[in-house]
Amino acid sequence: MEQLVAQTGPAVEAAHIEVRRLSKSFSGSPLYTDFDVDFPRGKIVSIFGPNGCGKSTLMNMIAGITPIDSGDIRIGGKTVKESRIGYVFQQYREAMFPWLRAWDNIAWPLRIAKVPEAEVKARVDSIVASFEIRFDLHRYPYELSGGQQQTVCIMRALVTRPEVLFLDEPFSALDYEMTLFIREKLQDIQMRTGTTMVIVSHDLEDAVFLADKVLLLTRRPTRIAEYLPFPLGRPRTAESMEDPLYLQTRSHALAVFKREAWA
Amino acid sequence: MTSQLTQRLLPLVGPLVFFATWWVAVAAHLVNPVLMPSPVDTVIHMAAALATGTLGGDLAVTFLRTSIAFLVAAIVGVPLGTALGASAPLYRSVEFLIDFFRSTPSSALIPLFMLIFGLSDANKIAIAAFAALLLVVFNSAYGVMNARKTRILAAKVMGATPWQIFREVLLKESLSQTFVGLRTGVSMALVIVIVAEMFIGAESGLGHRIIDAQQVLNVKDMYAAILVTGALGYLLNVGFLVIETRFIHWSGK
Ligand SMILES: Nc1ncnc2c1ncn2[C@@H]1O[C@H](COP(=O)(O)OP(=O)(O)OP(=O)(O)O)[C@@H](O)[C@H]1O
Ligand SMILES: [Mg+2]
Repeated sequence: MEQLVAQTGPAVEAAHIEVRRLSKSFSGSPLYTDFDVDFPRGKIVSIFGPNGCGKSTLMNMIAGITPIDSGDIRIGGKTVKESRIGYVFQQYREAMFPWLRAWDNIAWPLRIAKVPEAEVKARVDSIVASFEIRFDLHRYPYELSGGQQQTVCIMRALVTRPEVLFLDEPFSALDYEMTLFIREKLQDIQMRTGTTMVIVSHDLEDAVFLADKVLLLTRRPTRIAEYLPFPLGRPRTAESMEDPLYLQTRSHALAVFKREAWA
Repeated sequence: MTSQLTQRLLPLVGPLVFFATWWVAVAAHLVNPVLMPSPVDTVIHMAAALATGTLGGDLAVTFLRTSIAFLVAAIVGVPLGTALGASAPLYRSVEFLIDFFRSTPSSALIPLFMLIFGLSDANKIAIAAFAALLLVVFNSAYGVMNARKTRILAAKVMGATPWQIFREVLLKESLSQTFVGLRTGVSMALVIVIVAEMFIGAESGLGHRIIDAQQVLNVKDMYAAILVTGALGYLLNVGFLVIETRFIHWSGK
């Protein structure tokens, strides 16, 4: 019910990702059963829910990393194989290629797609410029700080100009300053390019702050607890965290979370 | 300043104490001089034998045998191990064999190899190559199998084909483990070559020289040959470590 109300909310938005009748179980115990959800085009959706409720699994199924049992997932009407997506992992250290310099890590997805070298250079340089990078990209990943490595990972995910960017807990291994920096960059990218983003977060503040909508999930077997819109204007700044709408949305999300997590 | 100098000299302490103890033991007649010449005599003898005698020739022969055995092991072992590691079912099906032969002292197979290859030079090389091969195969396979799952997923989600994932991710990722295999493999090859030279009718090589010198109680020559063998093993190991840190710069980071 709540879901229906939320989806037909004020501004009618076009769905970019459509998940229909999705079912998935692990060793006989169901995680999702006939699960439906839409992700609006050009918006940021945060997924939030109790530990182990299947946030990562949902995202990985949409991104085509985890196979689904049954159902249908479309990105702009196409299958994930036919779409261009970017994915940012929580464990940036394990997602980077330590044998390549940071710059070549960013160039990697273009090079394997056999993009001409001149264009590779132009595309990498342009994404690096838009992030206003102040560290040396000719270093190897292990010579960079955690935040710098995660920034490189995000640039690598964006260099192919994906239709959708997936981020699984991108901030959880970062300090506060770096979290603020990357938050700002993501918002920046979203405003400039209109890239659809799906972010899994275990931090409610992060989840709400960046989001146009917050997808709150229940414990397993997982359903939608609430799909909460957060229509605060952009750019959102440090002051936005004192905005009544932000405070209200956050405390509402927290209330839903408490109800679901300890139900 | 001083502490820096001390730091530099620290590695020399062990060898100096070793030679000093040796020297004192001989000078104080604590050991039978027939069984143990003084270190000074030994080193002088070693230098002379290297410069004018046949010790250099024996060293060259042993080095050559070890190198050939190692190269065979590397050329066969790295591709084989990598292929095994890339296919879990394939590896599972030969895992026991590899583990079994890896746990069998290779010297136990010397008589078997004598049956197959006779007392030839090829025999010594074959068994050393076999022993090294097991280490190389095991480590290469292990390196590929233990590639970070996240890294493979990252490549996959960026649109890499299975072949690109194998070549650009699995192979690169396995390199540091492969180098461990190569380094232990070359040490193993040297061990087996020395043992084979001792016991499989050899006419040359350090192993042959050591056992020959022992038979005629030419202890000075025996110790000289042992020192040279040790130096060879040490240098091979250090050489590989240097290449490894240069080449696999990300290893352990
Ligand atoms: N490969 C797997 N095999 C078996 N069970 C799995 C597998 N992957 C996930 N699960 C189970 O599915 C559930 C959802 O996992 P998932 O990682 O998606 O949760 P999550 O919401 O991302 O959790 P967290 O907050 O810890 O990141 C968990 O209970 C987990 O134990
Ligand atoms: Mg998770």
